[in-house]
Amino acid sequence: MSEFLHMGGYALYVWSSYGIAFLIMLFGIFKPLILHKQQLRELKLKRQREKR
Amino acid sequence: MMKFLHKFSSPPYFYSISGRMLPWLTALFLVLLAYGLYGGLVTAPADYQQGDSFRIIYVHVPAAWMSMFIYMVMAVSGGIGLIWRIKLAEIVSISSAPIGASFTLLALVTGSLWGKPMWGTWWVWDARLTSELILFFLYLGVIGLYNAIEDNRTASRAVAILALVGVVNIPIIHYSVEWWSSLHQGPTVTKFAKPSIHIDMLIPLLVMAVAFKIYYAIALLLRCRNELVQREQGSRWLDEVLEKV
Repeated sequence: MSEFLHMGGYALYVWSSYGIAFLIMLFGIFKPLILHKQQLRELKLKRQREKR
Repeated sequence: MMKFLHKFSSPPYFYSISGRMLPWLTALFLVLLAYGLYGGLVTAPADYQQGDSFRIIYVHVPAAWMSMFIYMVMAVSGGIGLIWRIKLAEIVSISSAPIGASFTLLALVTGSLWGKPMWGTWWVWDARLTSELILFFLYLGVIGLYNAIEDNRTASRAVAILALVGVVNIPIIHYSVEWWSSLHQGPTVTKFAKPSIHIDMLIPLLVMAVAFKIYYAIALLLRCRNELVQREQGSRWLDEVLEKV
């Protein structure tokens, strides 16, 4: 296991590549998901205000 | 097919079917990702010259391929929107830009992390690296231009023209390693002769490439839905959606 993590001496480069990929791709999913929730909430509030 | 495309491009239908597709796509993505990561990090043998550092290719190469693929999707759908004024084509075009930019950035950063141990430098101003950097700026230009113009539809048209002009950069990126002498290695997979890469290294790479494509589909659908809601405020179908939330 520690040999696997060591990556033949290239651990820093290999794992930071995978880590950055993970962060960028995670961000690319959660940012639009959160925005979508906000949009729907705001539009719903707007509609309720208009009804009154 | 044309009938299906016509139906698919109607906003309410697109919104509901994309919502139903997302969980399936996510499951498929996770399975492919798990398989690709296991193959790339565990079962593939270390490279005889580059040791374990070559394992960066399983993020670097798919990201670089996606950076060009997404650019083409952005330009072509932008062109379709420009000619036929199809709303959904405009939305696909502009929604692709941030995803493409993030893959381009990822390709540049992972390339740098590979270059440091292998070439001894983080960056060189050679043709492959420079043209990929230009691609990144093209994406930023598209995003900036879109945000600078108030009206969505006018903005989409301006952006489509910019994206189409920038297509010229795509073959330059691809052939840069052949046209100019470069520190970057030549193509090992995308050539007509047999790929010069061992099969145990190649299969995880192809699986990762497909996984990245599915990821793009997921991220694209999410962003398209947001853009659609943004543009269609006050339309009746959206009111129906809101009632169910």
